Amino acid sequence: LIFFLDTGLPEGILFFGFGWFFFMHQLFKDYEVRQYVVQVIFSVTFAFSCTMFELIIFEILGVLNTSSRYFHWKMNLYIILFILVFMVPFYIGYFIMSNIQLLHKQRLLFSCLLWLTFMYFFWKLGDPFPILSPKHGILSIEQLISRVGVIGVTFMALLSGFGAVNCPYTYMSYFLRNVTDTDILALERRLLQTMDMIISKKKRMAIARRVMFQKGEVHNRPSRFWGMIKSVRTSAPGSENLTLIQQEVDALEELSRQLFLETADLYATKERIEYSKTFKGKYFNFLGYFFSIYCVWKIFMATINIVFDRVGKTDPVTRGIEITVNYLGIQFDVRVNLDPDLSFCFPTVDFFYAISSSKSSNVIVLLLAQIMGMYFVSSVLLIRMSMPPEYRTIITEVLGELQFNFYHRWFDVIFLVSALSSILFLYLAHKQAPEKHMTL
Amino acid sequence: MASLDRVKVLVLGDSGVGKSSLVHLLCQNQVLGNPSWTVGCSVDVRVHDYKEGTPEEKTYYIELWDVGGSVGSASCVKSTRAVFYNSVNGIILVHDLTNKKSSQNLCRWSLEALNRDLVPTGVLVTNGDYDREQFADNQIPLLVIGTKLDQIHETKRHEVLTRTAFLAEDFNAEEINLVIEKRYFSRENNQIPGFPDRKRFGGGTLRN
Repeated sequence: LIFFLDTGLPEGILFFGFGWFFFMHQLFKDYEVRQYVVQVIFSVTFAFSCTMFELIIFEILGVLNTSSRYFHWKMNLYIILFILVFMVPFYIGYFIMSNIQLLHKQRLLFSCLLWLTFMYFFWKLGDPFPILSPKHGILSIEQLISRVGVIGVTFMALLSGFGAVNCPYTYMSYFLRNVTDTDILALERRLLQTMDMIISKKKRMAIARRVMFQKGEVHNRPSRFWGMIKSVRTSAPGSENLTLIQQEVDALEELSRQLFLETADLYATKERIEYSKTFKGKYFNFLGYFFSIYCVWKIFMATINIVFDRVGKTDPVTRGIEITVNYLGIQFDVRVNLDPDLSFCFPTVDFFYAISSSKSSNVIVLLLAQIMGMYFVSSVLLIRMSMPPEYRTIITEVLGELQFNFYHRWFDVIFLVSALSSILFLYLAHKQAPEKHMTL
Repeated sequence: MASLDRVKVLVLGDSGVGKSSLVHLLCQNQVLGNPSWTVGCSVDVRVHDYKEGTPEEKTYYIELWDVGGSVGSASCVKSTRAVFYNSVNGIILVHDLTNKKSSQNLCRWSLEALNRDLVPTGVLVTNGDYDREQFADNQIPLLVIGTKLDQIHETKRHEVLTRTAFLAEDFNAEEINLVIEKRYFSRENNQIPGFPDRKRFGGGTLRN
């Protein structure tokens, strides 16, 4: 029984089940799961990522003996690298190829080609960075981890930066534009008017086509290019008119799409205003202020780290947890940097909802699994830095000699860039929106 | 021209089932070459001769309002969509025969569209649960169309069609199962050999 628990299998199964459940009920609740392999891959990646974290906690708490922990670390790491570098990219390529109609027949071949291209760029990625000391071989585990770490840290920092800025912006009601019912009604009226105009133009086109058809014309709906050629050679006023009206219709349809999106935006803002008046809303508003202070602090710290060329040891979150834990008298060393984890969670799932569709959902879930796996691997790298020396040994042994300072610096830089550009982007978007509605 | 009356028909269904292709087929007599995402609502018009050949022949414009999006959209999108559901004369519900979830979502689609008219206060009283009572006194005619029949393997077709027949019964709707596929249509646009359909397993073809 001990041995069974020792292998880490029950936790693995638990995590796998959790990932499966999350996939079915959250990510894919509106789509039909056609390819179960996607779901399996996602759950497996999730399971192994969680197991890695579990191993870190075991390391700190001193559960199980050292040799079995070492064995588990190695095994876990190899498997997760295999998944991240071989399986997931290959399947991403495969599903992308399946979506493209032309290459559908030879999709296996093309996905292999795509994977080889990915491997090439993946390898090239390591060159400009001072990641590892030159005394390691080509195909060693350090090579792979270093590259995976770079990509993972970049993504983490990008999403952290954006999340850190976006979170207070969404939570705080200070930024909410004032939307009244009359605004919404006015926009809706414009939308319906545009639809009516489209309809009347299409009616004219339909009647014109019918007349042309009854007169025995061959082309019912001339393509634009052909219509132009025809009208040069033989003056056919019918088709000329149609082309013109078609262009007007296209412009009107574009307008109707824009109006639709604007109306949806107004409805969303109105809902948020109502939500902010509730108790829960007020709570989130308060959280928003808190997070904005935190975000400013983070940006400040990142700048200092870069300017003064030092590596951060702990951060307020960890310090806070430390104080609480010590106060409660628990013998637990919490000197671990949990900071990047927080800001990561916020944008990811919403982003998935926003950009997925029934065709591309497979690809996007696999991308999500890839990013998640890389994120977890790089978390391990970053955590290693903040852990007290007595716990670092096992990770250093397993991961070899990587320049960990570099990763922290890289994280800070990308975080700063991402946060600043998010601020700029949100500022511009915020400025633009009220002007649009002023013109009504 | 002046006697042409207005008929508004909604075309509803999940993303990717083929609503835009269907509407394009009905109105332009052509297959849609490059189907793309429908944002908001796209309208097309079909000229139809009601009771053709009889003395009461009248020409109508049938407006097909193809509403995009998914049934699980954010409520702000649903509220915006609701503006299209005014004064509707008929509803076409489209589902994908290869995708079971799209059939299951049809209930929610019809509830979303119908409740807009039944409860004029504008409150959407749907929680997704299906209730036959709600369709019992519905005056708006419903048509259920299943697409992509050709993508189902021959042996499974009977089972799929049985399932969809029950679906149509529940809605008290008429049912047509369609093949929308490029190679059935020849280059000349006015010569469509007619798409095969089954009207409650009764057979019969739709003439253009």
